[in-house]
Amino acid sequence: MARFKVNGVEHDLDIEPEMPLLWALRDELGMTGTKFGCGIASCGACTVHVNSSAVRSCVTAVSTVEGQEITTIEGLANVAVGVNPSAPDLAAVQQAWIDHQVPQCGYCQSGMIMAVSSLLARNPNPTNAEIDSNITNVCRCGSYPRVRSAIRSLANV
Amino acid sequence: MKISRRKFLLSTAVVGGGVLIAYSATRPSRHKLANADLAEGEERYITSYLKVMPNNEVTVYVPHTEMGQGVHTSLAMMAADEMDAAWELVIIEQAPAIDLFANGDIVTGFAGEFGVPSFLMGLIGASSKAIAEIGNLQTTGGSASVRFTGETGMRVAGAAAREMLIECAANRWRVAADECTTALSYVQHNASGRSLSYGELAADAALLEPPEAPILKDRSQFNIMGKSMSRVDIPAKVDGTAIYGIDAHSDEMLYAALRLTPVFGAKLVSVDASEALNRRGVKRVIELEDSVAVVADSYWRAKEALNLVKSEFETTKNDSVSSAEIFARFDEVLANENGSKDFEQGDTDAALESAADVIEGNYRVPYLAHAAMEPMNCTVHFHDGIADVWTSTQDPLSIRGRVASIGGLTEEKVNYHISYLGGGFGRRLPFNWNVIDHATLIAKEFDVPVKTVLSREDDMQQDYYRPAVSSNFKAAFDADGNLLAWHNRFTGPIQTPGAAHIPYAIENQSIRVVDGDTHVPIAAWRSVDHSQQTFFTESFVDEAAHRAGKNPYQFRLDLLQRHPRHRKVLEVAAEAAGYGRNLPAGRALGIAVQESFGSFAAEVAEVSLDANDQPVIHKVTCAIDCGWVVNPGAAKAQVESGIIYGLTAALYGEITIEDGRVAQNNFPDYEMVRMATAPEIDVHIVESGEALGGLGEPSTPPIAAAVANGLFILTGQRVRELPLKNHDFSQSTPVASV
Repeated sequence: MARFKVNGVEHDLDIEPEMPLLWALRDELGMTGTKFGCGIASCGACTVHVNSSAVRSCVTAVSTVEGQEITTIEGLANVAVGVNPSAPDLAAVQQAWIDHQVPQCGYCQSGMIMAVSSLLARNPNPTNAEIDSNITNVCRCGSYPRVRSAIRSLANV
Repeated sequence: MKISRRKFLLSTAVVGGGVLIAYSATRPSRHKLANADLAEGEERYITSYLKVMPNNEVTVYVPHTEMGQGVHTSLAMMAADEMDAAWELVIIEQAPAIDLFANGDIVTGFAGEFGVPSFLMGLIGASSKAIAEIGNLQTTGGSASVRFTGETGMRVAGAAAREMLIECAANRWRVAADECTTALSYVQHNASGRSLSYGELAADAALLEPPEAPILKDRSQFNIMGKSMSRVDIPAKVDGTAIYGIDAHSDEMLYAALRLTPVFGAKLVSVDASEALNRRGVKRVIELEDSVAVVADSYWRAKEALNLVKSEFETTKNDSVSSAEIFARFDEVLANENGSKDFEQGDTDAALESAADVIEGNYRVPYLAHAAMEPMNCTVHFHDGIADVWTSTQDPLSIRGRVASIGGLTEEKVNYHISYLGGGFGRRLPFNWNVIDHATLIAKEFDVPVKTVLSREDDMQQDYYRPAVSSNFKAAFDADGNLLAWHNRFTGPIQTPGAAHIPYAIENQSIRVVDGDTHVPIAAWRSVDHSQQTFFTESFVDEAAHRAGKNPYQFRLDLLQRHPRHRKVLEVAAEAAGYGRNLPAGRALGIAVQESFGSFAAEVAEVSLDANDQPVIHKVTCAIDCGWVVNPGAAKAQVESGIIYGLTAALYGEITIEDGRVAQNNFPDYEMVRMATAPEIDVHIVESGEALGGLGEPSTPPIAAAVANGLFILTGQRVRELPLKNHDFSQSTPVASV
C-alpha cells in the first residue's frame, strides 16, 4: 500500500513500495501531465514537487513519499506563489511560459516548469549561474533561451 | 467520400449548416502509382479544409502534425488571412487521418525542388506493397508544411472560400461581385452599407462551384500573415493537459516493455520467462521474430519483469562490427573507388595536377540518434474487428496504413487518434516502423488497449540513425591563392540531393559519392544530409580561406558573387555579430553559411575554451532568408531550436557501434546541451520576398562548422571529426587574424 496526497487529493494505492512515483501517477492514477523521459533522473521531464521541493519522480519510490504532499503540473496553479490575477488558473510561471512562447514540442515543459517554480519559490531572483546549476532539465527543442527569458521576467517583477 | 477528378476545388455541405471547402490539387506524374493502387480515387490530393459555421466560426483543418514547430497556427494563419477571417473566430484542428486530408502537396513540392528525397520516395515510387501499406501520405517533415501545403493548399483554400462567399453575398444583394469587399469574417457592400457574416452566407456558398484559380493576396494585403501570433498549442503545454501519444490511457489498458535484438537484424533464438511470469501484474511474455515483450498491468511492472527475462538472439555476421571498423572500411572505399557522380564541372584532376598548391582534409562524423524527449511508443487496441491507434507520428495516414498491414485489417478499420509529438526530428517519419510494428503485433494478442513504450536506453539503441559519414577533400590553388578546384569524395547514401554541393564560384569541381552502406539502420535526422555535409564543406572552405591567407568571411563573399541570398545572410549575420571587432582575449568568431530546404542561413558563433579546455559557445548570431515569414515569433523559435539541436550534435553527439550494437544508453553518455551550455541566440530574419523556404531545419546545418571555424582561429586546431568533446584543445596556438 502507498498513501500520499497529489494536488491536495489523498490516494491509497495497492502498489509495490518500490514503484517509482512517476509510474504511480501515470499508470495508476492516469495523471499524464508528468512525463517519462529517461528513467534515471537525468532529463527532468518527470519533475514534480514533494512538499514544494522539486524531485525527479522516475527514481522516487512511492515508499519515500508516504504521507507527503505531491504537486504535479496539473495542480501547480493552486499552490504556486505569485498567481497572476488576470489568469487565475495559471501560476505566474505558467503565464510567463505563454508570454515568452517557451514550449515547442512541450514534452519536457511540465518538468521544466515544476523545476523553475521550485527554484523561484526558494530564490525569487536567481542569477544566471544559479539558473544554470539548478535547471538541468533537457529540452531537445532547445527552448533554453526562452526559459531563461521567462525566468528573468519573473525574477525582475 | 469520393471526389470528382475534374474538380479543382470541392465544396460540400456539412452537418450543422456549415460549408466545408477543400482544396484539391489534382497532379499527375508523382501520384500515378499511388492512384493506380488505391481504391479511394484522388482523395489523397486534398490538402486542406475550411469549415464555416452559422455562428461565423471558421474551423481550419491542418493536415500536419504539431511537434513544436507551430504548424497548426501558421497554416491556419495562411488560410484565415486569404479568407479574410477574423482570427478570433478561427478554430484550429488537426485534420484526421483519413484519405481526404492527405497532404501530397509536399511530395510535388519536393519534386519541383530537387527530386523527391529518399525518405518520401518509398511512399510514392516503391513497390505496390509499400503503397498499399501506406495508403496515403500525410507527412510532416522536410521543413515543408508552410512552403508547400501552406502556399499551395491553405492559401488557395482560403482565397477560394473568400470568392465563394463574395459571390453569394453579391447574388443576394444583386450587385456585382467586384463591388464587394471582405474583412473580419464579413462581406461588405460599401456603396449600400450592407454586410453579411460568413456564417450567414455559408449555406449558400456550399451550393457553389469553387473557383479553379482563386486570386491570392499580395503580401501588402496580409492582415494575419507576417504578424507574430501566439501558438495555439502552447496553453495546453504549460498546464499538463497536452496529450502526446504516450499519454493514451484507459483503466483496462495493458503495458508492454520490449527487448529488441541488440544487433540490428538478428532473430530471437530462445527465451526463459519463468521468473518474469511470476511477477505481480504480468499477463504474458510474447516472443516475436526479433524481440521479446512482457505485457503487464503497468509499464513499470512490465519493465521490471523484462529485466528477469533471459533471452538469446542468433549470432550474425555483424556481431563484431564496430565504429572503428566501419570508418576503416569507409577510408578504404574512399581510397580505392571513384564512386558515382554527385556533381562535376571542369577538369578537377587536371587542376589538382597543375596547381601551385593543394590542401587535403579528411572529415568524418559519427552516427547520431534522434533522442526525442518522448520515448518511442505506440498504443493499439484491437476490438470488434477494428483497431484504434495512439502514437506520436509525423505521418498519421501512413501509421493507419502500417497498422492495418501488420494487423491484417483494411485501412478503413484502423482509427488513428491525433496527439502532439514529444519531438520528431525525423524519427517519427514513415518507414521508421520498429515500434509501430511491434506494438501492433503485441496488441493483436489482446482485446484491451496495449501501450508499448521503449525505455530511453532502447529508444537510443533502436533508432534509425543519422548515418556515419566520411568525406575526403582536396582544394587546388594557383600561385595567387585563388581557388581553382574542389575535390570531394564522401560515403553515401545521399538522402537529400545537393547537400554536398557548394555555392562557391570554383571552376573545377568533382563531388562524388561512394558506397557507405552498413548494417546500421539510417533515416532522416533534422536537416538530413545537410547537417554533416555543411560541417564538411563549410569547414573545408574555411581551411581554404586560411591557406589562401584570406579572411574566411571575405573569402566566402568573394566566391559568392552570383549568390546574392548567400551573401546577404552572411552580411547580416556578420554585421549583427560584430564580425571583425576586437574581441575579449580568448574569444573568437567562426562563420558558416548553407542553403537548405529553400532557405539560406548564415551563422556566427562566438567561442572560447573553459578552464578545462572544453569549448564554450557564448553566442550564436543567425541570419536566415526564408523568402518571407508567416509567423515571425514562431519562426525565430524554430531557428533557435535548430541551432541548439545542431550544437548538441557538434559538441557531444556520438553513437558508436561496438559488437554490432549501439554502445550508448541514455543521456549521461549521449549528452545534451542544457541551460548551462546553451548559448545566447540572436536571430535575424531576412525577407528577400522570394518563395517561402523552410524553417524547421535550415538553421541546423551551419552551426557545427561555425563553431569549429571559430575554434580554429582560437586554437589553430582544425576540427575534422565530431563531436568536439573528443578533441584535446590543450595545446593551442591562436591564428593571427587576417
